[in-house]
Amino acid sequence: MQSYAVWRKGLHKPNQPAVRPSGWQLFIHNRLAYVGMWVFVGCTIVACLSPILPMPDPNETALAQRLVKPWFTQWLASGVEQDHGGDSGWLGTDHLGRDMLSRLLWGTQVSLLVGISATLVAALVGSLLGLVAGFWGGRTDNLLMRGIDMLMAFPYILLALAIVAVLGAGLMNALLAIAIVNIPFFARNVRGVTLGIARQPFVEAAHLVGKNRLQILLTDVLPNVLPTIVITMTTTLGWMILETAGLSFLGLGAQPPQADLGAMLGEGRKLLFTAPHVSVIPGLMIFILVMSINLVGDGIRDVLDPRLKSGVMGRPAAATDVQCEKIKSEMITAEVDGLQVNQLQTEFRIGATTYQAINDVSLTLAAGECMGLVGESGCGKSVLALSIARLVPSPPGCIVHGEVRQARDDLLRIPLSQLQNIRGNKVAYVFQDPATALHPLFTIGDQLVEAVRSHHPVSYQQAWQQAINWLERVQIPNPQQRAHSYPYQLSGGMRQRVVIAMALINQPQVLIADEPTTALDVTVQAQILRLLKKLQQDTGAALLFITHDFGVVASLCERVAVMYAGQIVEMGYTSDVLNHPAHPYTHQLIRCVPKLGNPLTEEGKLATIEGLPPATNALPTGCFFKPRCPWADASCSKSSIALTPIASQHWVRCGKPL
Amino acid sequence: MLTYIGYRLLAITPVLLGLSLLVFLVMALIPGDPATAILGNFATPENVARLNQQLGLDKSLAEQYFIWLSHLVQGDWGRSYSLNRLVLDEVLERFHATLILAGAAWLLCSVFGLLAGVIAAVRQYSWIDKIVTFVVLVGISMPAFWLGLLLIMLFAVEWQWLPASGMYAIYGGGDIRDLLTHLVLPALTLSIVAMGVVARLTRSAMLEVLRLDYIRTARAKGLKEHRVVFRHALKAALVNIIPVMAIQAGFVLGGAVYIETVFQWPGIGRMLVNAIASRDILLVQGGVLMVATAYVLFNLCADIAQHALDPRLRLRNRI
Repeated sequence: MQSYAVWRKGLHKPNQPAVRPSGWQLFIHNRLAYVGMWVFVGCTIVACLSPILPMPDPNETALAQRLVKPWFTQWLASGVEQDHGGDSGWLGTDHLGRDMLSRLLWGTQVSLLVGISATLVAALVGSLLGLVAGFWGGRTDNLLMRGIDMLMAFPYILLALAIVAVLGAGLMNALLAIAIVNIPFFARNVRGVTLGIARQPFVEAAHLVGKNRLQILLTDVLPNVLPTIVITMTTTLGWMILETAGLSFLGLGAQPPQADLGAMLGEGRKLLFTAPHVSVIPGLMIFILVMSINLVGDGIRDVLDPRLKSGVMGRPAAATDVQCEKIKSEMITAEVDGLQVNQLQTEFRIGATTYQAINDVSLTLAAGECMGLVGESGCGKSVLALSIARLVPSPPGCIVHGEVRQARDDLLRIPLSQLQNIRGNKVAYVFQDPATALHPLFTIGDQLVEAVRSHHPVSYQQAWQQAINWLERVQIPNPQQRAHSYPYQLSGGMRQRVVIAMALINQPQVLIADEPTTALDVTVQAQILRLLKKLQQDTGAALLFITHDFGVVASLCERVAVMYAGQIVEMGYTSDVLNHPAHPYTHQLIRCVPKLGNPLTEEGKLATIEGLPPATNALPTGCFFKPRCPWADASCSKSSIALTPIASQHWVRCGKPL
Repeated sequence: MLTYIGYRLLAITPVLLGLSLLVFLVMALIPGDPATAILGNFATPENVARLNQQLGLDKSLAEQYFIWLSHLVQGDWGRSYSLNRLVLDEVLERFHATLILAGAAWLLCSVFGLLAGVIAAVRQYSWIDKIVTFVVLVGISMPAFWLGLLLIMLFAVEWQWLPASGMYAIYGGGDIRDLLTHLVLPALTLSIVAMGVVARLTRSAMLEVLRLDYIRTARAKGLKEHRVVFRHALKAALVNIIPVMAIQAGFVLGGAVYIETVFQWPGIGRMLVNAIASRDILLVQGGVLMVATAYVLFNLCADIAQHALDPRLRLRNRI
């Protein structure tokens, strides 16, 4: 399963052989599905061969040889002499002395045939209905779907019974009943997919080209619906075999003396106490058959529709794994005022590949200070922010080195319960997208109350009052009423105010804001920034502000750290770094900020930095920025470069700073 | 909320009407002549004609439907000729037994299915997840009636812990304890498949939700993990799980047919199988109508529950 993830990952990442595995390769990689396939193929072959295998006729009765036990029970009870004796089949005989093995194989053949035919009938009719309903839409759709809904208003086994009641008992009738009952499943699934595809641009394009509807349906829509039909078929085949066996078991399907697995079970049931093998063996056969089909079905589904395969990536744990020794620190007991991150290193381990997201990051955040963290997308800003309170999803995330000190604690080494007391209480977060950061099913008041009550033993009413006060502080109009609103009833800016209120409601010492305005529109951004700055000053919290916008940093932050490929490459007072950037990357990054009124360079283009950041699973030796640096030379790739001070409170990670 | 419930109650009326029409048509389409079935093959044509007139079978199909429907609403569901008993009495009595069995099975499948799914999701890829996934696969691949037979062999015959069949002991018994001991095996058997389906869906729904941003927010707030999982994640996942749980209610109601046959439970499923075998049309009609109505009502409850859970649906369905 994990290497499956690697495969998929390999499609996107550079420095990896980007071979797309074929469907078949993916399928046989799923070991269970592979085994299931062979079991199914084996059963099918043996069942098909049953007419030519040297076996007695399945319906040949031999009353003298009734209820002979299978060879293994005979072998187990070898001391006891069998009454009937004789060498009659491996699996013994039933109550009429018919050979069980022969009946079993013939019965398997019947079950398979019936199951497959029922599936084909249901798939054909159901898919046709679904295609027509989804593609034509309008009244046709309405009419068809009402009919389908009506069929689905019955519990399906009951519907099958009712159909058998009408048609009369018999194998063919049972087949029809099961097929009819399954038509709605196909119709609904196919209609849903067709509806989506019918609105795709390529279908509209086909209309414009002048194809008629039937052509479009056959050449454009059907190929895209086919995977859904196949998935539904494989997932219902096993179920159909079970259901036809069930009807035969009740005596409503196959009629004696027809050898059918379900009917054999039904007949054997009466002999449960005296000769259990007569009912146990056919049941076991059904079980093996259906199980193998289900395994294959799951395998096919995973290949055809990877979205349905849940959990390809990582399990969400309560806190990020920490796998490192305690590092030596002289100030081991000293209380940290604000936040201190030392030599932090966070990795993502996906299969055999390790991506170094954060590489030896150290920074100090003083109480009441606002520090900006800048860098292009994917440089590890967010991972750094999440690593602080161990919120990186784990696996694949894992913190392998470093410490995060807040007050007297190292957040990476305290137990989870203690960490939970610090999260939201001492260290709080404001995330990027307020549309997804709030729980959609709780009122905002409720979510604020929860934040208070998980850290302070106050009553619900008191917490509610506090929540309303904070809603007022983040300038939400009518906080009394608004507290009863659900997130979907608020605008994006309002939601972000709620998120800010939720982060600050416990007066944390450290506030980490991860691009809090990126998802908002420009006019709202300024308001939110002003609000954040004001509240930070009021509460005296230290603010780590993550952004890719130098303008925001200039107006908001006293100090700034620039990140590149998981490392801090330059850090210092905002004015120093902005006016005298010492690292080539910072220099280039600032050059990329368009100037008001004169946004273009001399060549008449927007400035960019050539190239891409290095893949974090294959970092170069020496300076990580070397491949893109216009000033780079051979000395840059010698050894790793440390963050060194070049002036008071100004550090840079460069062999030859500008 | 109340308006929504009222609206939904109104909306199921056509569904119920359609249901009755379907049942009526299906039964009217049965080949063969009911009068001949009642009077036997040697009845004189005069007698058959007279009985047809008595039964109202000489009228048009539409007329027959409305007469049948009006009788149905008034509680006259006809008389079962194989049991010589009023259909409504028989159906209600049998449905009571089925409701106990199916209700217990549904409760089992919901509680344990949810629990197994949640645990498997929270401990994804751990041994417990693998066990749950495997047991679910085995559960949904097994013929339930066969499992029932195996359980009878093990618990009732081999170890003699639990009774093998019936709803109450024949001698003595009749109290709630007696009922429960008789209920354990059939309810368990009936719930296995549904439990597998619920567990499977819960697992994937939970995994989907646990990856979302608002779960990270909940953790960043400092909530304890059990609160994150059961209050935040499960509530969101339930919105998708509830419809499937309603479908499972239909499944246990229908699956009761097999289980009642295996365990000789005096429920409506067994009644239906016998009625089909003896071609007692009125009884089949009554039984099917009863179960289908119950299923429709159950789906209604599920809709309302889903609606109460997700405020966004309230906006979408505003009338």
